[in-house]
Amino acid sequence: MQIAANTGRMVKVEILRQDTQGGNSYWQKFQVPYRHGMNVISILMEIQKNPVTEDGVNTSPVSWDMNCLEEVCGACSMVINGRPRQSCSTLVDQLTEPIKLEPMKTFPVIRDLQVDRERMFNALKKVKAWVPIDGTYDLGEGPRMPEGKRQWAYELSKCMTCGVCMEACPNVSEKASFIGPAPLSQVRLFNTHPTGAMIKDERLNAIMGDGGLANCGNSQNCVAACPKGIPLTTSIASLNRATTVQMFRNFFGSDHYVD
Amino acid sequence: MSKDREFLWRRLHSLLGIIPVGLFLTMHLFINFTATGGAESYNDATAVMEKIPFLILVEWIVIYIPLMFHAFYGVYIAFTATPNTGRFSTYRNWMFSLQRFTGVFLVIFIAWHIFQTRIQKALGTHVDYDMMANIVANPFMLGFYIVGILSATFHLSNGLWAFLVSWGITQSPQSQKIATYVTNILFVILSVVGVAAILAFV
Repeated sequence: MQIAANTGRMVKVEILRQDTQGGNSYWQKFQVPYRHGMNVISILMEIQKNPVTEDGVNTSPVSWDMNCLEEVCGACSMVINGRPRQSCSTLVDQLTEPIKLEPMKTFPVIRDLQVDRERMFNALKKVKAWVPIDGTYDLGEGPRMPEGKRQWAYELSKCMTCGVCMEACPNVSEKASFIGPAPLSQVRLFNTHPTGAMIKDERLNAIMGDGGLANCGNSQNCVAACPKGIPLTTSIASLNRATTVQMFRNFFGSDHYVD
Repeated sequence: MSKDREFLWRRLHSLLGIIPVGLFLTMHLFINFTATGGAESYNDATAVMEKIPFLILVEWIVIYIPLMFHAFYGVYIAFTATPNTGRFSTYRNWMFSLQRFTGVFLVIFIAWHIFQTRIQKALGTHVDYDMMANIVANPFMLGFYIVGILSATFHLSNGLWAFLVSWGITQSPQSQKIATYVTNILFVILSVVGVAAILAFV
């Protein structure tokens, strides 16, 4: 087993800090002892143990969010050397120093690297990103899903609401109301599910309002940034086609709303 | 403008950019191209356009109203974006930023162009080959017009690519890639026609 030996090497880190929500942000420099196989979270843990800046000034420990530590929960996303990504799966060995850490400022910053991703969860509620199965009696088994469909739908289900695509998107910001790529792709996922598709029109109508699907500017940064490789732009283009049809159905009337 | 109609406004913006604004631009550049055959050829071509019945009505419905909606709503779209090509320097992200940059520039260029030609015509100036030749005799104006034409041909070609995505015509990455090639060829053709036309007035 590899033992975490003190190599004498120090890792240079610069962190954009913010003490309160809506407060001013400022950069602080740190140096932490290098260990083999370090990730960005282990740097932050080192700072937590010894919150002293590069200049030897005592400071408050840096605040950040984390949970699963294996890139499936999405909580530890932050901007690392300019790119939004997960701090758990980003290894120090693959980064150029000084390592620059910033919060994903497309979301309200709570403190330091901690952000409030609530708008994403609200968006999932808005688009009904679930399969409706609740009833007053046992509804029995739903229709089966073809295997070929399940395989690509599984890719869409890998979304962990991490917010990286929202940070990468030039149309998602506090000055714009755009819902963002992640919840849009969830509409495609749940409209693909045979039981989920039973309220297909409700989801499409939900993304045809203010800040909806049409606010996408096709920069395609989302698909380039997504840590899970979700085909977000394909989902968006597919929804564009579905909403084109839905738009005509809404206008002229139709009895084919859910098929 | 009501925000819950945003989907319809955006789709209308996308549609009007192609029909009629994009079609009008293409026709405009091709008619200008007749100037490469000399002053007489250009004057004959523009004289045909003058013969369109109810011309002023056609101009408002086919050109001014759709163009104004596309321009002003487009400025709103451009200024609600936060370009980030510094962080994501991918081809598509550059196209995204350039589309907004050329769009805003075109609002200025077209406003000036309409003032210099159509409004002067309304004020009684005769529109012909010599009018354009006088304008581009100024090297600064010639440069301004060339940049304006290239912005317009770029904005149309890239806008056509975005139109195909926005209406759900090109869905897969492969179809979007092919659309990129086709619209790039369109950009080259329209640019050659447009720039050759303006140089014919020099």
